[in-house]
Amino acid sequence: MSQIQNNIWAAPQLSMRWWPVFLRNWLVWKKLAIPSLVGNIAEPLMWLVAFGYGLGSLVGQIELGGEKVPYILYLASGSICMSAMNAATFEALYSAFSRMHVQKTWDGIMNAPVRLDDVVLAEMLWAAFKALFTVTAILGVMLALGISHSWKLLVAWPVLLGVGITFSCMALIFNALAKGYDFFTYYFTLFLTPMMFLSGIFFPREQLPGFVRVIADWLPLSVAVDLVRPLFMDRWPDQPLRHVLVLAVFAVVSFWVALALTRKRFRS
Amino acid sequence: MNTPLLSVDHLVKRYGDATVVNDLSFHIEPGECLGVIGPNGAGKTTTLRMCLGLSQPDGGDIVYFGGQQMPRDALAIKSQLGVVAQMDTLDPDFTSEENLLVFGRYFGLPDATIRERIPKLLEFAALTHKAKAKPGELSGGMKRRLSLARALINHPQLLMLDEPTTGLDPQARHLMWERLQVLLQEGKSILLTTHFMDEAERLCSRLLVLDQGRKIAEGKPRDLIAEHLEPEVVEVFGQGAVALAQEAHLKALAGRIEVSGETVFFYTHDSRSLLAALQAWPALRTLHRPSNLEDLFLKLTGRQIREEG
Repeated sequence: MSQIQNNIWAAPQLSMRWWPVFLRNWLVWKKLAIPSLVGNIAEPLMWLVAFGYGLGSLVGQIELGGEKVPYILYLASGSICMSAMNAATFEALYSAFSRMHVQKTWDGIMNAPVRLDDVVLAEMLWAAFKALFTVTAILGVMLALGISHSWKLLVAWPVLLGVGITFSCMALIFNALAKGYDFFTYYFTLFLTPMMFLSGIFFPREQLPGFVRVIADWLPLSVAVDLVRPLFMDRWPDQPLRHVLVLAVFAVVSFWVALALTRKRFRS
Repeated sequence: MNTPLLSVDHLVKRYGDATVVNDLSFHIEPGECLGVIGPNGAGKTTTLRMCLGLSQPDGGDIVYFGGQQMPRDALAIKSQLGVVAQMDTLDPDFTSEENLLVFGRYFGLPDATIRERIPKLLEFAALTHKAKAKPGELSGGMKRRLSLARALINHPQLLMLDEPTTGLDPQARHLMWERLQVLLQEGKSILLTTHFMDEAERLCSRLLVLDQGRKIAEGKPRDLIAEHLEPEVVEVFGQGAVALAQEAHLKALAGRIEVSGETVFFYTHDSRSLLAALQAWPALRTLHRPSNLEDLFLKLTGRQIREEG
């Protein structure tokens, strides 16, 4: 008998069959786009305005690589990475879990000639797309507020898509392990919230104690901020390859683990 | 002999120490409706899941269309199958039409082809007036028929239906049966699992009876009844009915006697003499009927409630 896919760690078997699954999510989302958009950008903008202008007036300028920048620029360039992270994470946790577990949408799809691997890929790319969409809207508002006008923001755009991909891959691991929505609280409380404070979004990582900083430097959100912030300042990032590589490793390893755990979930 | 659409050989599935499917073999001929019946936990759904490549067998072969192997050729096989699962997996955010469109895309069908098929499928499912309605606005029977229409979007040769009428009211169930019979007349083949013996008797050309993961009987419904049962049953119930099971001369008239609760079942070849003898107990109520598939099922799998039932 055939032993194919007996090993959950087997290499991903991907094909273009992910596309109709992605299209399915797009079609649902189109119906709910406006409320979803408001939810996705209202909160990050409130943070930006409250902390950027409120706290910014106390902090004044921040010294960054020998250059003084207004706190609002510092915060905006970091928080947009956080928005990419949050948008991708929410979609790949709550929404994907609804489709996978509650509505059994995935089971329906797999009665058609679509592999689980392609369904997971579609969900991953969909969550990344949602992140890109959110980020685009926020970038638009930031441009309108005159926070940055650098043309290098065009480069920030695909970088933020990459950030969305990395975080949706990571979130899918927890999606695969979840028994219910409550489980996701652990992921937020134990991983995302600490990461938010360790990644140099609100204050420079130089403020962190030495050993914490060593870890913080390798966090995917830190790396994202290191890539995106210079672009806001109309500069190129230092060590871009190192940063991109860190994001890519997190993405690939997480996707593989997420896929293996999802296969295991669907096997039993 | 025709090449079977599906042929399953020596299928085995274990969960830990429990063998839930045990050396099961069967096949489906073109144009046939094969019913899989059995008590809860008999292995029906597990077998179906393995046939759909959703669960990995621990042994045995599953071959479709004369040469395609599950799970190796899963995608090629599924492009020719129509599946209706036990639980509806319709998209709650989509209308009936959109549900069909989106599902058709999973088969790689062009939108134009799907849009051409949608009106016919909705008509077949008696849902034309609900084309713009979402599943939440549909009754249980309508949802099931939409699931059936969705399973037909790719013009499958073989339909796999897991308890297609469970939870439906009699009207909805009869409409579903009628639709399935139309499909059979069109030459489609069906594998279905069911708990309803009237459904099995009405739709299935052949039956597979499973118990504890094993095949315990296989054949045409009428043949199975003739082979395993006396042709008639007299049920007796009322005060003191159970004691009749010990009456020597009644025993002699019945081929087999079963007691369940307060009712005695006399299975017999000679109902006239039996009924005449029962006149001696005018206070007791009797029900005389031909033996049916349910009697067969209970004889083969027992009357006790299963753990999971």
